[in-house]
Amino acid sequence: MNEIWAGILAAFRLIVTLDGDLVEITLRSLQVSLSALVIASAIALPFGTWLAIRRFRYRRATIATLNALMGLPPVVVGLIVYLLLSRSGPFGVMGLLFTPTAMIIAQVIIITPLIASITHQAMRELWAEYHDLLISLNTSKRQRIATLIWDGRRTLLTAALAGFGRAIGEVGAIMIVGGNIDHATRVLTTAIALETGKGDFALALGLGFVLIALALLVNFAIHALSRTEREGTW
Amino acid sequence: MSVSLRDVTVRRRGKTILGPLSIDLDAAGFSIVLGPNGAGKTTFLKILHGVERVTDGTAEWSVSAEEARQAQAYVFQSPIMLRRSVGQNLAYPLQLLGMDKADVAKRVLDWAGRIGLSDALERPAPRLSGGERQKLALGRALIRSPKVLFLDEPCANLDGRSTREIETLLLAAQRDGTRIIMTTHDLGQARRLASDIVFLLNGQVHERAPASEFFTTPKTVEAKAFMEGDIVE
Repeated sequence: MNEIWAGILAAFRLIVTLDGDLVEITLRSLQVSLSALVIASAIALPFGTWLAIRRFRYRRATIATLNALMGLPPVVVGLIVYLLLSRSGPFGVMGLLFTPTAMIIAQVIIITPLIASITHQAMRELWAEYHDLLISLNTSKRQRIATLIWDGRRTLLTAALAGFGRAIGEVGAIMIVGGNIDHATRVLTTAIALETGKGDFALALGLGFVLIALALLVNFAIHALSRTEREGTW
Repeated sequence: MSVSLRDVTVRRRGKTILGPLSIDLDAAGFSIVLGPNGAGKTTFLKILHGVERVTDGTAEWSVSAEEARQAQAYVFQSPIMLRRSVGQNLAYPLQLLGMDKADVAKRVLDWAGRIGLSDALERPAPRLSGGERQKLALGRALIRSPKVLFLDEPCANLDGRSTREIETLLLAAQRDGTRIIMTTHDLGQARRLASDIVFLLNGQVHERAPASEFFTTPKTVEAKAFMEGDIVE
């Protein structure tokens, strides 16, 4: 119990004094996870919507695979990205290993299936509702996808937030491809793992509380900006 | 533009839903499709609209298929509301055509007035009442000034006042040159609106006649029974 109190105190002290390291680590966490979120959403939202409206031969298999990939183990993703980016790997010449870019790549791979899968489920319902009208109006594929994404934007926000939650709290992959290098690739989760290993529970807990607060803050901010839950069911 | 169906048959899972059916519809008029449930009225409309797959036979408009689709509109039995405001629902079909914003806004205002929803432009469409939704769906269908308008029981579940408002809009659209093809279960409505009647029974055109003729001297026993309120199967 003592450690938890000490942790809260440490967190409080770190935040109030705007500790330099804490700010740097927090900003890097945000930078990596938000970049990953933007890239993953740009891929997953149109893809999930396309899956909902398009009938093709291997559709069921694609959806099953996508759902399975939601549970992709981050450590394995980290390992594979590591091998691809390492000096001897196919993309070694780009020198990306142990940089924030590598961490973003790993997180994009982890959260894209999650966002795409939730998008697909939400869009399937909306498509069932709109189907007859959009067919009747002779819309093109592109117009259908755009209409569904726009009218389903509130549910898509939930999908994106789920992706962000997974990215910001993820440690396995970014530890491997980022290397937890101080002032370069250290983020909140890897720092917590390190401090716990060193036995500095107070600092670890402090960082942990900052992490939770950050997740809450981002959620509230996005909800406030997009005015969800204010106009009834949609 | 006129249309002719030749030996059109629709089969689903081995069951014949419609046809074989041949009919010609002129470029003008107000056709009402009558018939009991399951007679194939909705399928008939959807074939004309080009959204239902035909197993056999041909449905040909006097213009190219693409042109025909662009010049048609369809109002569903239960109106489909986009999860947007009333104004945005009206604007949607015009935006699809890439019309410029000022023109769209002008037409939306005009049509909101015609359907009596000028005060509700900013309201979310899914929260309108049943009558308002159907009027919005009709306005959204007419805003492109279609040459042909299909309606699938537009006044089912509506009260007298909403029904009258819809009928007024339909007659105005007809005067402006829109050809209307509509199904209904309301014989009174059929008498008020129709210029000609297509009576469907078991997926076949059982009788076809100008409205005046059909209502005074029906040629088939079933049509007579249907109008007298007997159950026709």
